[in-house]
Amino acid sequence: MAKLRAMNEAGNITWDLVDVEGADSIRLCDEGLAMEIDHDSMLAAAPDGTSASDDFGDSIVSDCFIPQIVFSTTVGYRLDMVGDTPPTSICSLFDLDAYPGKRALNKRPLANVEWALLCDGVPKDEIYDVLATSEGQDRALAKLDTIKDSVIWWSAAAETPQLLADGEIVMGSTYNGRLFSAIAEQNQPIGMLWDAQMLDFDGWIVPAGLPEDRLARVMDFLNFATDTQRLADQAAYISYGPARASSAPLVGNHAELGIPMAPHMPTDPANAQNVFVTQYEFWADYRDDIDAKFQAWLAK
Amino acid sequence: MASTTQEFRPPFATFTAPLSALLAALFGFVVGNAYGEPWIGFVMGGVLGAIIAFAIDKLPFGRTQSRLGTIVILGLAGLMTGSAGGVVSGVLIGAVLSWFIYWLDRGEYRKNVPLYYTAGQTLWHNAFMLICGLIFFFLIAPLLPVMWLSFNAQDFFTFTPEMLNFEAAGYSLKHYRNFLTTEEWMIPLKNSLIIAPIATVISVSLGTLAAIGLSQSHVPARRAIMAILISPMIVPLIISATGMFFFYAPLGNWIELNLGLSQTFVGYVKVILAHAVLGVPFVIITVTATLVGFDNSLTRAAANMGANPVTTFFRVQMPLILPGVISGGLFAFITSFDEVVVVLFVGSARQQTLPWQMFTGLREQISPTILAAATILVVISIMLLTTVELLRRRSERLRGMSPG
Amino acid sequence: MSETTQSGPMLSADGVPLKTSLARALRRQKIRALLLISPLLAFVLITFIIPIASMLFRSVGVLYLDMYRAVEAKAHTRLGSRLNYEQSGISSLFRTSGRKLEDVGEDFEDFFKDADSGMVKGPFWHGLMQGEGGEDLLNDRLGLLTDLTSLEASSDLGFTLSGETAALLPWAARAYADWALFTAIVDEDDVSKKKPWAGVYAALALDLADPATQSAVAAYSGSGAAELQAAVANIADMPATEFRAYFEDIDDKWVSGETWALLKVFGSQYTSGYFLNAVDMKLTPDGIEQRPDNERLYLKLFNRTLIMSMIITVSCILLGYPVAWLLANLPMRSANVLMILVLLPFWTSLLVRTSAWKVLLQQQGVINDIFVWLGFVADDARLVMMNNSTGTIIAMTHILLPFMILPLYSVMKTIPPSYLRAAKSLGATNWTAFWRVYFPQSVPGIGAGSILVFILAIGYYITPEIVGGTDGVFISNRIAYHISSSLNWGLAAALGTILLAVVMLLYWLYDRIVGIDNVKLGG
Repeated sequence: MAKLRAMNEAGNITWDLVDVEGADSIRLCDEGLAMEIDHDSMLAAAPDGTSASDDFGDSIVSDCFIPQIVFSTTVGYRLDMVGDTPPTSICSLFDLDAYPGKRALNKRPLANVEWALLCDGVPKDEIYDVLATSEGQDRALAKLDTIKDSVIWWSAAAETPQLLADGEIVMGSTYNGRLFSAIAEQNQPIGMLWDAQMLDFDGWIVPAGLPEDRLARVMDFLNFATDTQRLADQAAYISYGPARASSAPLVGNHAELGIPMAPHMPTDPANAQNVFVTQYEFWADYRDDIDAKFQAWLAK
Repeated sequence: MASTTQEFRPPFATFTAPLSALLAALFGFVVGNAYGEPWIGFVMGGVLGAIIAFAIDKLPFGRTQSRLGTIVILGLAGLMTGSAGGVVSGVLIGAVLSWFIYWLDRGEYRKNVPLYYTAGQTLWHNAFMLICGLIFFFLIAPLLPVMWLSFNAQDFFTFTPEMLNFEAAGYSLKHYRNFLTTEEWMIPLKNSLIIAPIATVISVSLGTLAAIGLSQSHVPARRAIMAILISPMIVPLIISATGMFFFYAPLGNWIELNLGLSQTFVGYVKVILAHAVLGVPFVIITVTATLVGFDNSLTRAAANMGANPVTTFFRVQMPLILPGVISGGLFAFITSFDEVVVVLFVGSARQQTLPWQMFTGLREQISPTILAAATILVVISIMLLTTVELLRRRSERLRGMSPG
Repeated sequence: MSETTQSGPMLSADGVPLKTSLARALRRQKIRALLLISPLLAFVLITFIIPIASMLFRSVGVLYLDMYRAVEAKAHTRLGSRLNYEQSGISSLFRTSGRKLEDVGEDFEDFFKDADSGMVKGPFWHGLMQGEGGEDLLNDRLGLLTDLTSLEASSDLGFTLSGETAALLPWAARAYADWALFTAIVDEDDVSKKKPWAGVYAALALDLADPATQSAVAAYSGSGAAELQAAVANIADMPATEFRAYFEDIDDKWVSGETWALLKVFGSQYTSGYFLNAVDMKLTPDGIEQRPDNERLYLKLFNRTLIMSMIITVSCILLGYPVAWLLANLPMRSANVLMILVLLPFWTSLLVRTSAWKVLLQQQGVINDIFVWLGFVADDARLVMMNNSTGTIIAMTHILLPFMILPLYSVMKTIPPSYLRAAKSLGATNWTAFWRVYFPQSVPGIGAGSILVFILAIGYYITPEIVGGTDGVFISNRIAYHISSSLNWGLAAALGTILLAVVMLLYWLYDRIVGIDNVKLGG
C-alpha cells in the first residue's frame, strides 16, 4: 500500500495490477488510489449468463475490488502436543491450562480482537458493536493480555506453519491454505480448526491513473483470469475458494495429490458452521484506531 | 620447531595424566548426563581418559596411529548406543580427546610461546587461543546449520529426525535443483550480477578520485565534505530508501519521457545509482585510510622527472593505494550484493535482485531454497578468498620475498 | 642569502613576490582538490542528500482541507488517519462520516425526484446553472480544488456559471460549481450530461428552505424555473435542512468542540505535531501535553534502541578485540587464513544469517536441543533466547562483529610488537605492558569500530524484525511500520529526523574526538 501511494504521489505507476485483501481494497478505493471498476461490463459473465456482479455477489466489497479467492484466517495446532483432546473451539487459544505452550498470532489486530471478545463472552453478533467503542477495544486487549507472554507474533503468514513444523508453538493462526499445504503436501503432524474462522476475500485492484494502453492490457487479462473456469482452476493448487458462485461446482482435484479439494475449502458447508465474515467497512473505518492501540499495547 | 617437541616432555604422572583424565571426565559427565547419570559418566570418563593417556604416552605409536586408534575405539563405543548420533559424538570426542592428550604429552602446548615463559604465562597464552577459537566458532557457527539444512528433503527450516539419524531419506538436492533451474532464482541472480559490479565501478572510481582530493593538505570545508560523503552509511536505511524512492520515481518518468529510454533500462539505472551511492562511504573510508600513509614526495618526484599528473596517478599512486581501493571495492560490492531495503523501494519487478528474492522467499514461503542459494554463495566466496590468498603467496614467492 | 634580508619582499625565481606565489600555489592546490572531489560530491548531493532532505521535510507539512470537498477528492480519510495520531477515534469518524454524507444528500435527492423527476437529471442542472456572470465564484472554487488535489486547472471546462442563478441559489451554485469542476477536471466527463452528486441536492434544499429564496424562485423565469417552483410547492414534504442534526446523527463527535479545535490546530500549513508525537507528546487546543500512559511508546523505543545498540557495541568490542589482536600478531599466512573466517559470515546474506540464528536460538532450536540432550535444561524449561531482546543482541552482535574486527585489525597492524617487548624487558608484567603500552595505541581502532557498529546498529531493521519479537524491536521498525503499513509518513519522517539527529551528534562527537579519517576497514 505504501508503495502504491508513493507511486500515486510521484505520478509514476509502475504496477498494472495489485493483489490485495478486501479491507485494503476499501482503503485504497477511499483514498482514490484504486480505479473504480464496473464489474458487469469489464468482467466476464458466468457461463449461464448471470452477470459478473451477481455471480461475485457479496465478495465485491468495494467499487474498486475484483475478487478472486475466498480464504480464511484460522488456527492450526500440533497434533502431538495437544494430547488426547485436540481443541475444537477457538477459545482454546486462550486456554493456557488445557493447552500449555506458545501460540503464534498475527501482529495485526484483525481476527485477534474478534476472537478475544468472542472468548470473553461477547455474543457473536454484538462483537463489532463492542469493538467500535474504546472500552470494547480495551476489553479485547485485556483478554489478549492473559496470553501475551505465550504469544509469538508473526508478520508473514509463512511463519506459523514453520513454527508448527518446528514444534515451537502448540497452536497458531494463519491462512487456511498454508495449513492445508503443511498438512496435505508436507505431511506435517498438524491439525486445523475451522471454528470461528475469519472469512476474507483476496483479489485485484487496478491502480488509478494507468495510461490507456496498459489499462486495456490489464483489463484483458482480468477478464480472462477471473472468469468462472479460471477461478475454479486455481483451487487445484491451494485450498482457497473461488470468489464466484458459479465456480464452486467446478472445483476439482488437487493438481499433484489428486485429492478432491472441495472439502478443504473454507466455504464448504461442513467447515463453515461457525464463520466470521470480515466486516470490511468496520475494518476500513476503525483500522487506524485499533491498530494504534494494538501496536502500543504490543510494545509494552 | 621439531626440536622443542622432542626435547621437552612434561611429567606424565603429575601433568598429562590428570589433565587428560579431567577433560575425559568432563566428556563423561556430559554423556552421562544425557543418560541421567552424570557422576557415573564423570568417573568412567576420567578412568578412560587416564588409560588412553597412558597408552599414548607409553606405547610406541606415532601421532596418526594413536589418534586414529582413539577415534576408532570411541566411535565403536558410540556405536553401542545404537544410533548414528552416538557414533558421530564418539568420533568427535575421540578426535578432540586424542588431540588434547597428544598435545599435552608431547609438550606441543609450549610450541608457540617463548622458552622463558612461566607455566602461568603459557596457560594464559593457551587460554587466550581457546577464547579466540571460540569467537571464531561463534562467527562461523550460524553458517553450519545453513549448509546442513540446505540438503533438507522437506520444505521447512527444521532438522527432521531422518536428518539427525543421517538417513538418506532425510536428504535431498531438490533445493539446489530448484535454485539452479528455475527462472524465479536465476533471473534475480543475473540481475544482482549486473547491478552490483556496475554500482561498484561507479562508487570506486568516483570515490577514489574524491579520496585523493580529500587527502591533500589544503581542502576547504573538509569536515563538512567528509560528513556529506559518509552520510549514506549513517542515515538509517529505511529513511534512505523512502527518500530515494520519491526522488527516483519522477526522475525515472522524466528520463523515460524525454530521452525515450525503455522502462527496464531506466529501472536498472535507478537501482545502480542508488546502490552506488550506498557504496561510496566504504570506498572513501578505506582509500583515505591508505592515503594517510602515502608519501606525497613520490608524486612530486614523478612530476619532477616529467610525468604528467595522469601518468603519475596510474603509474605511481595507483599501485600503492591499490589494496585500499580493492578492499573498498569489495565492501561496495557486498553492500550492493546484499542490499534488500533500498531495492525493494527503488526497483520494480524487473530489477528483482537475489536478496530481494531471498526476502520474499523468507517472508512468503519459508523455503530452504534460500539456504541452498546461500550455501552456493558461501562456497563461491570461500573459493574466491582462497584463490586471492594463493595468488598473493605465489606473487610473494615469485618476488623472492619471504612469506610474511 | 644576505641580500634578501636587506631589501623589499622576498621574490620567487620568476620575480613574483613569494607571498603571492605561495598564495597562488595554495589556491591552485585547493581548486585541484575540489575538482577531484566535486564529481562524487555532486553525485552524493543529488542522489542522496536532496532525496533525504525532501523526505524529512514531510515531517512538518500537513494538508489543509475542507471536509466537504475532501470527501469527493478522497483525501478526507488520509486526513483522518493523520489526525488519529493526535486523538484516537478521529480516523473512524472521518471514514464513516465520509460514507454517510452521501446518504444525507440522497434523502434530498429523493424529495426532488418526487417533486419533479426532471430535477434529478443532468440537463435540468446544466440549464439552470449555465450562464454568464458567475466567473468569480467559479474561479474561487477552482482555486480551492486545485489546492486540494494538486491538479492543473485546464482552461476549457465546457461550463460557465450563471451569475443570476448564483445570486438566487448561492449554496446550490457553489456545490454545483464544485461538482462541475470535479467532473470536468478530475473525471474528464461532460458536465452537461451527468447528474450531479448528492451533495448538490442538499445544497439546493438549504437554499429553498429560506423563505426569501422561495419567493425569489416564484419570480424566477429562467431555465428550470418550472421544476424549482414545483419543488417549492412541495416544500412542506422536504426533509429538514438541519445539517447539524445530520452530523450529530452520524456521530456526535462532530458536535463536540474538541474535534473542531483539533482540526483548527492542525489546519495550518506547518505543524510541530509530528515531532511532538514522536516524543510522546501531543498538541491539544490547550497547548502541549504528554500523551496518556497507554499511548506512550516512542521515547521508550528510542531509549531501548540506544541501550541495546550500546550493549551490542560493547559485546562487539569484547569479542572483536582478542580476535583482532590475534590476527594482527600472527604471521601473515595464518592471519590471512583466519581472516577468511571473519570475512565469510560478512559475505553471507544478512537474511540468511538472521534466519540461521532463528534456527539456532528458538526453543526447539539447535542450541536448546543440544542443552536438553545433554541434560543441562529440562525439556519443559527450554531457554527463551529468541523473540526478545536476547535474540536481537546475539544475532546483531554476530552480524556486526566484522565491522568491529576489521578497523581494530588495521589499527593494531600498525602497532610495532617491539613496543610490547621493550616494555616487558623494562620489567613490566604482561598485564601492565598490555594495559599501559598496547591498549592506548589501539584506542583509535576501538573508536572507529564502535562508531561504525553503533551507527549501523541504531538503524537496523530486518534483524530485530525477524528475531526481536515485541521487546527486541528498534525505533527503525516503527519507522518502517509507519512507512509501509500505517502510511503515516509525516510521523515516520519525524521519527527519522530525530534518529538522524542522534546519529549526527554521535558522528560529530566522534569526529571531534577521534577524527573520521582514522576509521579504517581492513587492508
